[in-house]
Amino acid sequence: MLSKRLIACLDIRNGNLAKSIKFVNTKEIGDAVEAAGRYYADGADELVFYDINASFENRDILIDTVNKVANQVFIPFSVGGGLRTLDDCIGVILAGAEKIHLNSNAVKNPTLISEVARRFGVQCMILSTDVLRMEKSARIKSGFEIVINGGRTRTGLDALEWIKKGVDLGAGEVVLNAIDADGTLNGYDIELTRLIADSINVPVVASGGAGSPEHIKEVLTDGGADAALVSSIIHYKNYTLGEIKDYLNKAGVKVRL
Amino acid sequence: MITIVDYNAGNLTSVRRALDYLGIQCRVSGEAADIISAERIIFPGVGNAQSAMENLNKTGIAAALKTAVASGTPFLGICLGMQIMMSHSDEGDVKCLDFFDGNVVLLKPSDRRLKIPHMGWDSLKYKKKHKLFDGIDPKSEFYFVHSYYANPTDFKDVIALSEHGIDFAAVIGKGNMFACQFHPEKSGEAGLKILKNFSVWNGEVAL
Repeated sequence: MLSKRLIACLDIRNGNLAKSIKFVNTKEIGDAVEAAGRYYADGADELVFYDINASFENRDILIDTVNKVANQVFIPFSVGGGLRTLDDCIGVILAGAEKIHLNSNAVKNPTLISEVARRFGVQCMILSTDVLRMEKSARIKSGFEIVINGGRTRTGLDALEWIKKGVDLGAGEVVLNAIDADGTLNGYDIELTRLIADSINVPVVASGGAGSPEHIKEVLTDGGADAALVSSIIHYKNYTLGEIKDYLNKAGVKVRL
Repeated sequence: MITIVDYNAGNLTSVRRALDYLGIQCRVSGEAADIISAERIIFPGVGNAQSAMENLNKTGIAAALKTAVASGTPFLGICLGMQIMMSHSDEGDVKCLDFFDGNVVLLKPSDRRLKIPHMGWDSLKYKKKHKLFDGIDPKSEFYFVHSYYANPTDFKDVIALSEHGIDFAAVIGKGNMFACQFHPEKSGEAGLKILKNFSVWNGEVAL
């Protein structure tokens, strides 16, 4: 039986680890490669790198970071942020990433999902979504709307409908970034996670809001998530990954120790 | 020196990086002569069995692999590499290398909540000891990504099982051949230990 995964999320900017609260007030808080090595040693099941100021000029820095990480980290890791074309995706996979994330650019160009899935297999294609809570309406039936461009632009897309479409196009995994919860340390959006986990047949990764091991347990059990993304809770050294896993294990959640 | 077989089937660099990190000498080659003369062979693979077999047959690598295996070269198959060491794969209905008798079949868990591919960390149920697991905690988990699995006819070839709705062969071995469905190069310290053990394994099964 598969273990529930704990995924350490590293937002990176210029090769450094960065952290924002609700997508603003970004600070650079350390070297990304060094942080990756630390979380690997501490028992992360997987790593994610989001390049938060992805631009053409920064592409070489990103590839260099991916390469360095792949030389010293022997667990799967994925890369997202500003991947616009199939060639962008090929670049990070050849540099050593296991999978790629598409977010805004999947919304703008959904066929890119299928192109990546065809080239590398669905297991390489992660659909990452930024989700904002809304009043339920004729357009946003689920009460969750997809936003893009780092949370700045509303799309009018219902999150549940978009995610189902993304899976049909070839996404092999879905990340749910609950924007209202991001960086608050008040817990994941359990309702959103459960809604999506019950509606699709690929793994669901919950993201945004972890402040305690109890929150992580809640989203992996009540929320039905296959994996939990953690960032602030470990970057600011409130808890180590080892402590969180120890808690989950004692609480009866199957994790890799 | 380990020879990593290059047959245009996916991510060879992750295996090479792991060996480099461990300080184990290796070369990546798709030349039949290099494979026949190799001291040890790692046969990785990601992707589709049918196109992999087409490449192996077209390039003459399939014949070189058979020669190497018959001569006793220690041989490690990984993921798709393991699958095409079987006699046949349902993925594309293709005849494979036939190092192990048995078919490769699609995972079809009866519990519909179980997702395909079987992707993530999973534990092993050991059926036999093997030198490549020396020094590895039996509770260690390994990283899997696959939709098909090898189903050997002879249960004696099974070293360890894993479970995803059903029990399936996660590790098989016979003589100088060892093959795992998971990715040792992506399985943290336990996976690296398998690669390290392989780098000094003489291909004998005696413990």
